[in-house]
Amino acid sequence: MNEENGTPARGFNILPGFGLTMGYTVVYLSLIALIPLSTLVLKTTGMGWHRFWHIVISPRVVAAYELSIGASLAGALINSVFGMLVAWTLVRYRFIGRSIIDALVDLPFALPTSVAGITLTTIYSANGWIGRWLASAGIKVAYTPLGVVVALTFVGLPFVVRTVQPVLQDLEPELEEAAATLGASRLQAFLRVIGPALLPAVVTGFALAFARAMGEYGSVVFISGNMPMRTEVVPLVIMTQLEEFDYQGATAIALVMLVISFAILFLINLLQRWSMRRNAV
Amino acid sequence: MLSDEGEIARVARESYAWLAPHDPASAVRRATVERGRTRALLIGGTLLFLMLFLFIPLAAVFTEALRNGVGAYVQAIVQPEARSAIALTLLTAAVAVPLNLVFGIAASWLITRFEFRGKNLLSAMIDLPLAVSPVIAGMIYVLLFGEQGWFGGWLAAHHIKVVFAVPGIILATTFVTCPFIARELIPVMEAAGREEEEAALTLGANGWQMFFRITLPNVKWGLLYGLVICNARAMGEFGAVSVVSGHIRGLTNTMPLYVEILYNSYDFAASFAIASLLTLLALLTLAAKSLLARRARRASEASPVHQSVKPAA
Repeated sequence: MNEENGTPARGFNILPGFGLTMGYTVVYLSLIALIPLSTLVLKTTGMGWHRFWHIVISPRVVAAYELSIGASLAGALINSVFGMLVAWTLVRYRFIGRSIIDALVDLPFALPTSVAGITLTTIYSANGWIGRWLASAGIKVAYTPLGVVVALTFVGLPFVVRTVQPVLQDLEPELEEAAATLGASRLQAFLRVIGPALLPAVVTGFALAFARAMGEYGSVVFISGNMPMRTEVVPLVIMTQLEEFDYQGATAIALVMLVISFAILFLINLLQRWSMRRNAV
Repeated sequence: MLSDEGEIARVARESYAWLAPHDPASAVRRATVERGRTRALLIGGTLLFLMLFLFIPLAAVFTEALRNGVGAYVQAIVQPEARSAIALTLLTAAVAVPLNLVFGIAASWLITRFEFRGKNLLSAMIDLPLAVSPVIAGMIYVLLFGEQGWFGGWLAAHHIKVVFAVPGIILATTFVTCPFIARELIPVMEAAGREEEEAALTLGANGWQMFFRITLPNVKWGLLYGLVICNARAMGEFGAVSVVSGHIRGLTNTMPLYVEILYNSYDFAASFAIASLLTLLALLTLAAKSLLARRARRASEASPVHQSVKPAA
């Protein structure tokens, strides 16, 4: 709310509860999130630069970063293409079961990750429903980096669909009609008119899917096989360190992850501001 | 002579025919809807993708769960260990969800009704747990309350166990699910506006009367929507809970953790039996979600107060 909407400035606000809700929100957030997260930073600064650097550039950790970033990018990219396709089909076409499919798109968000993990592993392993066909074509999915991509594609599935869908819904048909009367083909109308309007939403969805994939643990732990240097993602390395009670190692790697996540979050905020400005024009 | 309007139009059409196709209606159709083959390709691509990543996994959960028959399925669910996992999952949600409900309402009221310095920062902080990997979310509580943690010594001296015990599981779950209700509620409360609340206060209502009679009814669908999502995530959290649980069978296992334990001990059918319960919960959540979204849309169409619930997760 801002003053343009007729909201009175705080001095004239007659609505009660500012002190109460402010106090409660800040105290709750501090206790649940901020203080616990700050221990991570403090614990890392306590270990000294050399030790920190030694941990975060060790070959096993670097291999995990590479796999995490690469597989997350691949998953987010697959989701960008197919997410747009799914959003298009859901918005533009009417078919039986459309509303059920629409609701099911959020399944990866509602399904516990361990359930997703064991299920994907079962169907994509060499004797699974899908894995069997892929295996006869010489493609191994479970216990390879490809399996990690499959899991990360699954967890990121809702994001692009849900960012693109509302934009596509609000897109004025006049724009496409205008393109048509000016002689554009369907492909041209898509590339020159619809595409640019969808772009900010697709990029935002891509970033959200990527961010989610980077931190994902549950669905990856089963299908990846957890082989160091080959199929181990960063959250898995952190988990292994914790299980070995190597808290210094775990915190150092976690801090790097946290910085990456916040950078992505910041980027998403910028993207959303960009897309809002695009929509306002 | 171009005297009458029809004549002018005809000439204009002929001289500018090269600009627009002959039949404007068909041209519009050509560029605004896809033709048969393209359309089939788009729908086919969508279905193939969803088949590989949604429908087949969904079918597999129930098929694998019933692999050894209905008897084995029921047996797997009523086992004492399964029952204690179900009980702990319910307990965790019963604590975490109400905590985050109160927080969500307070935070939404603060963000949507007041202007103050640092408001943007505070909104970002509310979303913070979403950006943190579940493993890190669990780990920060180990760093605080674990044996080597900041409060570890004090807790041990007083014989209080947080990490590798139930309190840790509840704390980690609360952290992970803390943004969900606030995120759903903020846009709804924003859209509901403040006019009715101000009117109630002017007419002599006190703050709580205003809240229970005006604010809450206005945002109820959005609130329920947030509750449903928060609950699903609280019952289903795996990564964060996995770090703080210590995997003590029958004592610190929630359902998602129990699924992992059974799977890793090659008891696949039992593992999928528990997983099928969680999948049913997820499906129920999605059904409730779309129902509530439809209700909210109808409410916003019926009343001048604009409510909106985004379909986005």
